[in-house]
Amino acid sequence: MRIARIPAAALVALAGLGMVLPGAARAEEAANGHGSEIEAQDWSFAPPLGSFNQAQLQRGYRVYKEICANCHSMRFLSYRNLGELGGPHFSPKAIETLAAQVQVTDGPDDKGQMFQRPGRAADPFRSPFANDQAARAANNGALPPDLSVIAKAREGGPDYIYALLTGYRKPPAGFDLTQGMQYNTAFPGHQIAMPNPLVDGVVPYTDGTKPTVDNYAKDVSAFLMWAAEPKLEERHKLGARVMIFLLVFAVIMYLSKRAVWARLHRRDHAHNA
Amino acid sequence: MAHPSTYQPASGIEKWLDTRLPIPRVMHDQFMVIPTPRNLNYWWTFGGILAFMLAVQMMTGIVLAMHFVPTPEGAFDSVEKIMRDVNWGWLLRYAHAVGASMFFLAVYIHSFRGLYYGSYKAPREVLWILGVVILLLMIATAFMGYSLVWGQMSFWAVTVITNLFSSLDSLIPGLGTTLVEWIWGGFSVGGPTLNRLYALHYLFPFVIAGIVILHIWALHVAGSNNPTGVEVKTEKDTIPFHPYYSIKDGFALVMFLLLFAALLFYAPNLLGHADNYIPANPLQTPPHIVPEWYFLPFYAILRAIPNKLFGVIGLLGSIGVLVFIPWLDTSRIRSTRYRPIYKWFFWLFVITCLGLGYLGSQAPEGWYLFFGRLATFYYFAFFLLVMPIVGLIERPKKLPGSITQSVLGPEPSRAAEPPPASQEPVREGVA
Amino acid sequence: MANPDISTDPSLVPDDDPSRRDVILIGAGAFAAIGGAAMLWPLLDQMNPDASTLSLASTEVDIAPIEEGQAITVMWRGKPIFIRHRTAMEIEEAKDVKLDKLVDPLARNANLPEDAPATDANRAASEREPWLVMIGICTHLGCIPKGQAVGDYKGEFGGWFCPCHGSQYDTAGRIRIGPAPQNMYIPPYAFESETKIKIG
Repeated sequence: MRIARIPAAALVALAGLGMVLPGAARAEEAANGHGSEIEAQDWSFAPPLGSFNQAQLQRGYRVYKEICANCHSMRFLSYRNLGELGGPHFSPKAIETLAAQVQVTDGPDDKGQMFQRPGRAADPFRSPFANDQAARAANNGALPPDLSVIAKAREGGPDYIYALLTGYRKPPAGFDLTQGMQYNTAFPGHQIAMPNPLVDGVVPYTDGTKPTVDNYAKDVSAFLMWAAEPKLEERHKLGARVMIFLLVFAVIMYLSKRAVWARLHRRDHAHNA
Repeated sequence: MAHPSTYQPASGIEKWLDTRLPIPRVMHDQFMVIPTPRNLNYWWTFGGILAFMLAVQMMTGIVLAMHFVPTPEGAFDSVEKIMRDVNWGWLLRYAHAVGASMFFLAVYIHSFRGLYYGSYKAPREVLWILGVVILLLMIATAFMGYSLVWGQMSFWAVTVITNLFSSLDSLIPGLGTTLVEWIWGGFSVGGPTLNRLYALHYLFPFVIAGIVILHIWALHVAGSNNPTGVEVKTEKDTIPFHPYYSIKDGFALVMFLLLFAALLFYAPNLLGHADNYIPANPLQTPPHIVPEWYFLPFYAILRAIPNKLFGVIGLLGSIGVLVFIPWLDTSRIRSTRYRPIYKWFFWLFVITCLGLGYLGSQAPEGWYLFFGRLATFYYFAFFLLVMPIVGLIERPKKLPGSITQSVLGPEPSRAAEPPPASQEPVREGVA
Repeated sequence: MANPDISTDPSLVPDDDPSRRDVILIGAGAFAAIGGAAMLWPLLDQMNPDASTLSLASTEVDIAPIEEGQAITVMWRGKPIFIRHRTAMEIEEAKDVKLDKLVDPLARNANLPEDAPATDANRAASEREPWLVMIGICTHLGCIPKGQAVGDYKGEFGGWFCPCHGSQYDTAGRIRIGPAPQNMYIPPYAFESETKIKIG
């Protein structure tokens, strides 16, 4: 490259920054004045070649089912998703049992009536409320958001969810807490309508993991990340193959370019010699 | 383009086709043997990269369109269905979304190359203007595409940007509102709006493809510019496009794809906004409405101007002014390489654009607003003041005698060389 | 630019090492071809039925209300399913047919091996020979044969008659006369109880 290389490289670097800075700026925004510092946690799925911990996802599903599903729907997930690779990977029998534990509405039947029947693998997760209005009515006007993509719908993702679930505190002195709200260190504005959902021991764990709020929060955050990105593992794996392919391809193309252009340089030398 | 075609059809089929629809001949003449300056650097590879990205966006877009549902009730859900259930849906959706960002990265680099090397100067004015038209169409297409997801950002971005047209009410009462309701197909952004954005989003890339063909045609009439800005004088200044630039473009493309793949597979949502994973809620505005990164500089300019109508004029003017650059720049020298004073202003302009991008992501208050206004002032001053004035008063560096001279250096032995077998007349100013 | 001399076309300079360059270029071409094919596959595969379609596998049907001699039609995976409660006479007629008289000697029953012959036992529900469950699509060009309703013309063999091109099926749903090449297909199904069938 003939033009001054430093400005050129700087331009590309700055362009790259220009793409990334707004994201960083937003994270900063979330940290200042719109919520608290969200600490980064260690997640098995965070590194480029990371994957989910199957046992953790299974525990996280239990926490969702026993606690969160009482108010929060998850309408983009079906019971069959629980058996997919790269997820909690429950056995088909376990999924049949899990699905059959809930009653879902089906119909109309031959008489025109809707009826209840046990769930099947293909059914979407049962919603706790028939619609948003019913949800609000049951929750003092607040709408518990659907959790299918919550891990991507909030700055900080699973870090934020973990911070929120472990962020319930007594309000500091002088803080004006509205009637019916709870103080939370992570929630923007620090006042959240959701009461603290987790308490030590509220969900029994069968694999030896301690049933503490901290573990519940970690496990359900990981589960929610999987729910939002069920293809994460497939994406990481394919990504590795594609990057290696492209790296080798780049080397080959560079050598090809040099080999082709060698003729030109030879021609120039032939003329100048 | 004064070169007679040298294409010789090799097989019987090629001869048959050549007399009926000479596509192989055109491909041969325009993309293989076409004489290209021998000194093009890697900034010249972005045109080829852009053509590739247009194809990628069209192909991923068409297959996504097989699954997308363009209704307010179905849109967000259909995108999630693509991500979860459609075979490779997650890959196609992320490729399309990240691809849009890569498309804009490439078009900005390509445009700044044109600015730096004076590729807009005569006889390439129409080439430049066609490029601005393509940029405008890309902006419209990307805006519409983002809205289709029908997330919170999608919905409110459409609401805010279409509402800008109501500023026309201050010119002619009622005109703006009528126009906006016509765009919406209703009294607010809703189903009719989404449906028409979908139809137009599918259409525009084909319009872009047509303009790209004109853009390449205009390029081939004048021939490529080169880093010295000195026009091709003899055949020795050029080499055939194939294999030299086909392989170089190929290498550059693979490097570009490395960046594309890194983002797609390892940070697909880095350039996006979390709020767009919240389904659109017409009753709740997000705390900070922010466009995608590639629109941030224009957004900053819009918000820097306190008056609604003038803000819109500023926004449109920031792209409109680009059309007039061939006439605003008074310098006789094409390439900034040989323009020592202008060079500083140019790099300041680059920093300004990046700064505007950052400022567009911040709330327009306090120091952010101050610098936003300063940067907006310089943005327009660069075109309207720097280009006309500096071109007239600057003393440029000495240009090389020819492209070959700039590559090989002035050789004393050159004087003794016999002239090449065929000497083409100097092409400056001759089509 | 018609002169092919090296001052204008450097590609004509005699090569120092053509074989090494060729190897590298062949490598580049190979990678480009592989990359191209890899990019093409997802574009094509996305049109295949997606995971939610594949999962909508089964339908349950209550057969208690179906009287002897009656038939119902239900939908499964977008297709009509004929469920007929056959009379004793219909069963006899089906059993009496010699296999070598059949146009299509195979059972076409998804619950049995591919080569199972088209005996009535292999067509009707196992252990429950009054029950016949079939995909109600003529194997000629896809019309829905008549014969489900009591007043329908059922053809010479008392089974089903396709109005489109005249194919006639017997009381085991086997093609006997007409352009259809195969017996009507039997979907995967099972009796959940005496009165409930799960299809798929």
